[in-house]
Amino acid sequence: MLRLAPVLTLALFLAPVAAGLLGTLLPAFHYLPALGGATVDLQPWRDLADWPGLPRSLLITVVTGFGATILSLLVALFILARLPRGALLRRLHSALPPLLATPHAAMAIGFAFLVAPSGWLARLLSPWATGWERPPDLLVVQDPWGFAIIAGLVLKEVPYLLLVGLAALGHMKVDRTLALGASLGYSPRTAWFRTVLPTLYTQLRLPVYAVLAFSHSVVDVALILGPSNPPTLGPQILRWFSEPDLRFQFVAAAAAMLQLALVVIGIALWRAGEIVVAALGRSLVRRGSRPRAIVDVAPPLAILLVITAGLALLAIALWSLAGSWRFPAALPQVFTVDTWRSQGMGLVTPVLLTAALAVLATLAALLLALACLENERRHGLHPGRGALWLIYVPLLVPQTAFLVGMQIVLIRLRLDGTWLALVWTHLVFVLPYLFLTLAESWRRLDPRYARTAACLGAGPARILFAVVLPMMVRPILAAVAVGFAVSAGLYLPTLFAGAGRFATLTTEAVTLSGSADRRVVGAFALLQAALPLAVYAVALLLPAVLFRNRRGLRGMG
Amino acid sequence: MSALVLDRITIALGERRLIDSFSLIVAPGTVTTVMGPSGAGKSTLLSYVSGTLDPVFTGTGHVILGGDEMTYLRPEKRRIGILFQDDLLFPHLSVGDNLAFGLAASVRGRAERRARIEAALEEAELSGFASRDPATLSGGQRQRVAVMRALLAEPRALLLDEPFARLDMALRDRFRAFVFGHALRRGLPVLLVTHDPDDARAAAGPVIDLGAPPV
Repeated sequence: MLRLAPVLTLALFLAPVAAGLLGTLLPAFHYLPALGGATVDLQPWRDLADWPGLPRSLLITVVTGFGATILSLLVALFILARLPRGALLRRLHSALPPLLATPHAAMAIGFAFLVAPSGWLARLLSPWATGWERPPDLLVVQDPWGFAIIAGLVLKEVPYLLLVGLAALGHMKVDRTLALGASLGYSPRTAWFRTVLPTLYTQLRLPVYAVLAFSHSVVDVALILGPSNPPTLGPQILRWFSEPDLRFQFVAAAAAMLQLALVVIGIALWRAGEIVVAALGRSLVRRGSRPRAIVDVAPPLAILLVITAGLALLAIALWSLAGSWRFPAALPQVFTVDTWRSQGMGLVTPVLLTAALAVLATLAALLLALACLENERRHGLHPGRGALWLIYVPLLVPQTAFLVGMQIVLIRLRLDGTWLALVWTHLVFVLPYLFLTLAESWRRLDPRYARTAACLGAGPARILFAVVLPMMVRPILAAVAVGFAVSAGLYLPTLFAGAGRFATLTTEAVTLSGSADRRVVGAFALLQAALPLAVYAVALLLPAVLFRNRRGLRGMG
Repeated sequence: MSALVLDRITIALGERRLIDSFSLIVAPGTVTTVMGPSGAGKSTLLSYVSGTLDPVFTGTGHVILGGDEMTYLRPEKRRIGILFQDDLLFPHLSVGDNLAFGLAASVRGRAERRARIEAALEEAELSGFASRDPATLSGGQRQRVAVMRALLAEPRALLLDEPFARLDMALRDRFRAFVFGHALRRGLPVLLVTHDPDDARAAAGPVIDLGAPPV
């Protein structure tokens, strides 16, 4: 049974991706008999090319995609490079979980609340510093170049890359490498970039590609922070897909394929860039130059990141509790729970739905991941790089490219808008993150514990339940928290698989974000951020309580 | 009591043979020492004997304990105890529960089991430590618990994978005497692998050098 786990898992989470891609590919060439497209032709592509917004949309898609990825990677690397010596930065560790738990949409809404012309930042600085008595006419969010999208993405992707980087660095002897570098006359930062980074980057590569793919195709953040005419490609695909005139389905499919091509080309270009940077790095190494670090950018970058994200979340909370709040007052004149009271059940239902969906998807993913990892452990398997690429598939294929087709397949199977479709779709995205988080610690468990237990007469089941699982409680809970947060934050997959009939906190928050009433948006966004955060908190605190008298477990995971 | 017999054991990693047709008889109540430099396959030999060989290796040859064929048995059916360099006490269990994990299931009844564990702790000069967190014990104390845990499983042979290497000099002599004393009093055949000649001397039994062909 256990031996089938990897195959079953791969089938369960790759089949929807494959079926979805096919379901997008065929209509992109006008083939969709159900909608009267029985011939293969290029009409959808011609329609797509006729859209006047296309060149501009492509341009800002690429700008935001690469901009967010390059910026996130650079910030993450400078912080990681400074980490071994930074007491302040080490405290960043405790700031990471809340940043990771906050869904993209909530962070984007908070960021908009913070930096919009009538946002909190302007209110804090007005009128004493700016002279503004009324909100200035500036296009800070939804700017035509998508800079606000880039900023919103950076706030979420830097913590993600930091997390991956910290895990990878934990296995490397950075201190010794830097000490060796110092003895040869290199400053720590130079030594880090020339000796630690090349090894670290091999571990960061796939996560970076995932960030690149996500940034190119993001929909919720672009809806909240991006320009609308034309928008980036992601929201435009959603717009076509939601047109009542079903002919637009074909255009949406063609655009989704174009999106896929964009990401494939983007990753290829990035790979080429890696080779160039590596060559430049090697020539620097050969030259033996020893530049002195002039400015230490890491602490200000980290502080800026944490403060911006913190203020963004605070802005959401403030608005949800605001009564009257006239510009440019720094704080609401009146605090009230009226918004919460008036929304009432309108808030409770999405909370329950979001939680139920996240719990089901996370449990399914957890069982599959545990079965795969236990199979590995029991049979001494060491999955290679190929397996890792497979796990990353749903993160590398742009969501739009297979969700459009998956929706079409689901309709054919009469499964659209069912719980099964919804949980399954969420599983596709929850499983990779949950598996990768858990595998990290699971594979590090000293195999001699299991051997010792076997030599004490314990069979495989007893080893699993009495030795391995209890020792893995902390990493399992951490992985569950990650899975829950991923599910709770999913926008497009919920919208597509749910056929618009399931209103989760995320879909509600994004839908409302266009509305004028910041109070209501704030309430939804706050709940959206608070729910995964609460799960994170439980995941961190529960083992501390359970194992308060077990010091030896503290290092686990 | 019964001897541990290794009969023409060969262990290979791909094409490379780590152990080549190795045969040995460990008499009950004696310690046989296998010496060799690190990387010679000493630990791998022990994992083959205990039935926990990593599947990247291929092993052939017979393990016979008291006349019973062990070669094809699962590790938990072999009743061959093992001690490593690290104590490997389960960090989520108290000292007493670690011992209970080892204590043979044939010992029944709560009171009886508790009495056996208390007796084992007394033997290890750790009376009253049952409810302690293993992480709060000293290295030497933890190692003694690990020994008692292995013995409570009522093994028919004991394998020692450099269990003395981590201890400092002063502790090492006492701990060697502790392990050998307990194992030999029970008449167990003991197979020790080490690269420390002092271990071999203290074991006072036959010594086989893996670097050289076995005698």
